[in-house]
Amino acid sequence: MVYFTCFLGILTRELLRFWQQRSRLLSALVRPLLWLVVFAAGFRAALGVAIIPPYETYITYEVYIMPGLAGVIMLFNGMQSSLSMVYDREMGSMKVLLTSPMPRSYLLVCKLMAGALISTLQVYAFFVIAWLLDVQAEPAGYVLVLPALLLTALMLGALGLLLSSFIKQLENFAGVMNFVVFPMFFLSSALYPLWKMQESSEWLYQLCLFNPFTHAVELIRFAMYSQFNVQALAVTLGCTLAFTGLAIWGYDPKRGMVRRKAGG
Amino acid sequence: MNLCNVTHLTKLSLVSLLMLPLSVLADTAYVSNEKSDTLTVIDTNTLEVINTVDVGMRPRGIIFSQDYKYLYICASESDAVQVMDVATNRILHNLPSGEDPEQFALHPNNRHLYIANEDSAVVTVVDTESRTVIAQIDVGIEPEGMAVSPDGKWVINTSETTNMLHWIDTSTHELADNTLVDQRPRHVEFSKEGSLVWASAEIGGTVAVIDTATRSINHTIRFAIPGVHRDKIQPVGIKLTDDGKYAFIALGPANHVAVVNANTYEVLDYLLVGRRVWQLAFADNQSKLLTTNGVSGDVSVIDVNKLKVVKTIKAGRYPWGVVVKP
Repeated sequence: MVYFTCFLGILTRELLRFWQQRSRLLSALVRPLLWLVVFAAGFRAALGVAIIPPYETYITYEVYIMPGLAGVIMLFNGMQSSLSMVYDREMGSMKVLLTSPMPRSYLLVCKLMAGALISTLQVYAFFVIAWLLDVQAEPAGYVLVLPALLLTALMLGALGLLLSSFIKQLENFAGVMNFVVFPMFFLSSALYPLWKMQESSEWLYQLCLFNPFTHAVELIRFAMYSQFNVQALAVTLGCTLAFTGLAIWGYDPKRGMVRRKAGG
Repeated sequence: MNLCNVTHLTKLSLVSLLMLPLSVLADTAYVSNEKSDTLTVIDTNTLEVINTVDVGMRPRGIIFSQDYKYLYICASESDAVQVMDVATNRILHNLPSGEDPEQFALHPNNRHLYIANEDSAVVTVVDTESRTVIAQIDVGIEPEGMAVSPDGKWVINTSETTNMLHWIDTSTHELADNTLVDQRPRHVEFSKEGSLVWASAEIGGTVAVIDTATRSINHTIRFAIPGVHRDKIQPVGIKLTDDGKYAFIALGPANHVAVVNANTYEVLDYLLVGRRVWQLAFADNQSKLLTTNGVSGDVSVIDVNKLKVVKTIKAGRYPWGVVVKP
């Protein structure tokens, strides 16, 4: 019960923060919508999409990139929560959180879960707008995709948390954008099917296969068409556990990055 | 009849009643593959390919006899119309067809086949029972599309180079009238009651709706798909729903099927299918529409009620015609 109250407290705080930064929702939605409306329109003719699973017929480019853009919303959100961790640390509000009697690892997991729920809400807002723009999946897919979205949000949030344990100052955050967000986004199946990538470069294709974001996007894509991609689930789940474990280790004052940085 | 027999009969009829819906639901589609000289057989319920049958060279137009016992196949490069036994998938014999038969139509009398001979500018009339040519009618250059009116009075042939619909009177087998349409008319389709004729013009990019009584154009439908160049919009196959609601028009290399309101002639939607969509056929009580996609070598299935493409099935090389057996 105490644990649940603690989780509710963290969730409320995250929701409040999200509500107070309504522009954040706007920017989180504008980014994928720009891709969907402008970029996809320009690319439509250039990138004929062949039939690949889970699709059973020809699709437009807009339909192809929809799961990828859902992933992108969560990728940016994960990084944003990493930014907020650094901010909290600098502003001292993290100290207040850490005065809680709950184990630190539990607090971190709560923060992850709260972030994942907010990410997922944003993705559904995006799906609604995409539906209105006539970019639609099967109705059942919107329900089945929920666990895939939550898992992806957790994985990306955990990655953000792990990164935030490395970042000492807010200023370093630009590096995260350049070295994490963009490579993860572009080296994935979010914007183009991997066989297209393989056609032009084998090593880029291999790199895409190693990108956990590729597997998260595929998990979402298959779920949206009521199909289950075992490999994508295994990779996404494995990465979520690994990132979370490392992040908890990173935030452990006895062993992790926080201490090392404080000492050095 | 004793009691035992009666119960047995009741059981039998119950079983057959139970079996009935299954056999009604599962239609079978036959697709002619122009370049692999085969027919692809598709179960329209499972949407899977269930058989591939070797036929003559370059099969294009295909049509069932009214009892679905025989399938007539225009084997263009064999210069023959082949007759296939549907039960065994075996070719029984060839009919004389004239040179390079491409499309044909069967008269409601289930006996006379009207065949367009593309290279020799004639329409050949073949009696399927006596297997003889009973008439040859001179028409325009490169005859292609064929249709018989539901009352069997008119046969229409389109000629691709003359850009005309030729109206042939079936009682005299003589040319009665011509209707000038846009460039390269490919296909004609009568409305269910026969009062209207829909004719597609491939190069003109239009579909003309013609009044059968006056043989003049009522309306011309034009198409525009965002992001697709005008020249790529080449209407070919046409299918009309029996309820008079929709007309579906295959737009060739535009890779889309246009959905048209059959009353107002307004284009309602464009559905993305495979490359170079050619001919169309309804299945499962007109709840599905099958399209042959030549260049991508597949068949797309459209849900007629939802107006959505639900699946695309791999067929042979260059699928051309499609017919459905209930």
